[in-house]
Amino acid sequence: MATKASRSAARLMMAPAVILLLGWMLVPLIMTLWFSFRTYLPLRGGDQGWTGFDNYVRFVSSSAFWPAVQTTLLIVLGVLVITVCLGILLAILLDQPMWGQGVVRILVIAPFFVMPTVSALVWKNMFMDPVNGLLAHLWRFFGAEPVSWLSDASLQSIIMIVSWQWLPFATLILLTAIQSLDSEQLEAAEMDGAPVLKRFFYIILPHLSRAITIVILIQTIFLLAIFAEIFVTTGGAFGTRTLSYLIFQRVLESQNVGLGSAGGVYAIILANIVAIFLMRIVGKNLDT
Amino acid sequence: MGQITLKQVTKSFGDVQVIPPLDLTIEDGEFTVFVGPSGCGKSTLLRLIAGLEDITTGHIEIDGKDATDVVPAKRGLAMVFQSYALYPHMSVRKNIAFPLKMAGMDKAEIDKRIANAASVLNLTDYLDRRPGQLSGGQRQRVAIGRAIVREPAAFLFDEPLSNLDAALRVGMRLEISELHERLKTTMIYVTHDQVEAMTMADKIVVLRAGHIEQVGSPLELYHKPRNEFVAGFIGSPKMNIFGGVEAQKYGGVKAGIRPEHIDVSMTEGTWKGKVGVAEHLGSDTFIHVHDTGLDDMITVRITGDISVRHGDTIYLTPQLDQMHKFDAQGLRIA
Repeated sequence: MATKASRSAARLMMAPAVILLLGWMLVPLIMTLWFSFRTYLPLRGGDQGWTGFDNYVRFVSSSAFWPAVQTTLLIVLGVLVITVCLGILLAILLDQPMWGQGVVRILVIAPFFVMPTVSALVWKNMFMDPVNGLLAHLWRFFGAEPVSWLSDASLQSIIMIVSWQWLPFATLILLTAIQSLDSEQLEAAEMDGAPVLKRFFYIILPHLSRAITIVILIQTIFLLAIFAEIFVTTGGAFGTRTLSYLIFQRVLESQNVGLGSAGGVYAIILANIVAIFLMRIVGKNLDT
Repeated sequence: MGQITLKQVTKSFGDVQVIPPLDLTIEDGEFTVFVGPSGCGKSTLLRLIAGLEDITTGHIEIDGKDATDVVPAKRGLAMVFQSYALYPHMSVRKNIAFPLKMAGMDKAEIDKRIANAASVLNLTDYLDRRPGQLSGGQRQRVAIGRAIVREPAAFLFDEPLSNLDAALRVGMRLEISELHERLKTTMIYVTHDQVEAMTMADKIVVLRAGHIEQVGSPLELYHKPRNEFVAGFIGSPKMNIFGGVEAQKYGGVKAGIRPEHIDVSMTEGTWKGKVGVAEHLGSDTFIHVHDTGLDDMITVRITGDISVRHGDTIYLTPQLDQMHKFDAQGLRIA
């Protein structure tokens, strides 16, 4: 893009994509903002005009709001901890030369290709079913009482399912980061008298820090919006109602579009706070 | 203290034996250079001594004690890597302190040693910078600093200057030589650059395909190469080696004469040839002479400047007392 002509040509050619993406984002955003200031009950009288900030006040003062925020953060945090920790371990394991490396790597990535709805259904019916699930069989094999996962340990179960889906992503990013580590650095550390564990904490982990922040950033953005896993497993019951699920319930189950839209605006604000916060960390990490 | 002895050491990767049985003694305080073409096993040999690779058979002794199965950290050797292998997330100070910290040394002693090493290597102003903010030569010095604070029995250098530009390389060469004079510690230095080998070494070990071709002082190798390979490898520009009838005249299957041991005349001489490319360096001129009736073109070195043009006829006369003769196996005929 050296000359003026090529630059304007480039702009022209990018325009359709930019306009499409912008429209795709702006139209729902403006509609959400619009409805959030109106009383709109589709089955009970439809659009009934402006209400000011009523919807916003009602959404926050609802007894379901703070538990939903808490649940959201718990799920995000839980999944992040599990995927990052296990991801690092798996990445180190997959970095070792071994027989059938290619196949193993593809198998590890596989869960990422399964749709969230499908994987949640598989977990719910195949593994976690208290009567016929594999885990129930396992528990009975050892003479224990099967756990009814999705009602007794609902939050943990959902964290487990989502972690299973996101572990491949974390592993993949961290694996490529580990592979970019100069092996001479490890050898130098070995000569300097650092045993395996110290080499991990002093050399490998600092080297991974950038990749870890990227994993955390990307996963957080997606995890704040998880929905399918909750919808097909607990349906928001047993303390698994996240912010996005609460919004869904307000709009579709209570048929209150205005209230749900106000919740949506809160979710946008929350996501942006998290994003700004994370961007700062990443920015700081990318500088050095 | 730092005598290193290799006894019948071999190394195989799978079925491929890269180091056939090899014996070598490196005396305490000696500056030994391993030199050879790429892939001759010189770096592998260094890594075997360091303990970064396990030897297949044989023994390594350091100061008379068997170190064959000793882990790298416990061998008392410090290594400087080709890529310097500095820890990018640590400051220069922390980089240099790392081996001491791993050894569990107390803070005061660490600080003392860092201050000492920094002043020796002119790094005092850079201690709080990250490696990424340093120039190539400074990084090199940090890597050396990290090695010297450990006060090792021997230093191992793995092509440490190959990433530097030409001017810096000459400077660092002198600095490393100075360092050796000051510390009097055993140093093993791997390079493919025979200029580095010639200028720095007390003892040069010439390797080819894992075999030791010759061990000796730089001048010994220059004046009395044991075989054709060493003759061709040591010296710049390369020795002119030729075979056939011409070589038999001088009493060998092959014969060699260095470019600096040929007299040039425009009127008469042993060999008559045509001037090819002339490289003028100012102090010297290298003339490539073709069509002399020998196998290859002949390179001649003339001190100072000479005005010859491409295609001129030129006469060459080798200095007979400087002629190297080799037998059918390529070994030197005394």
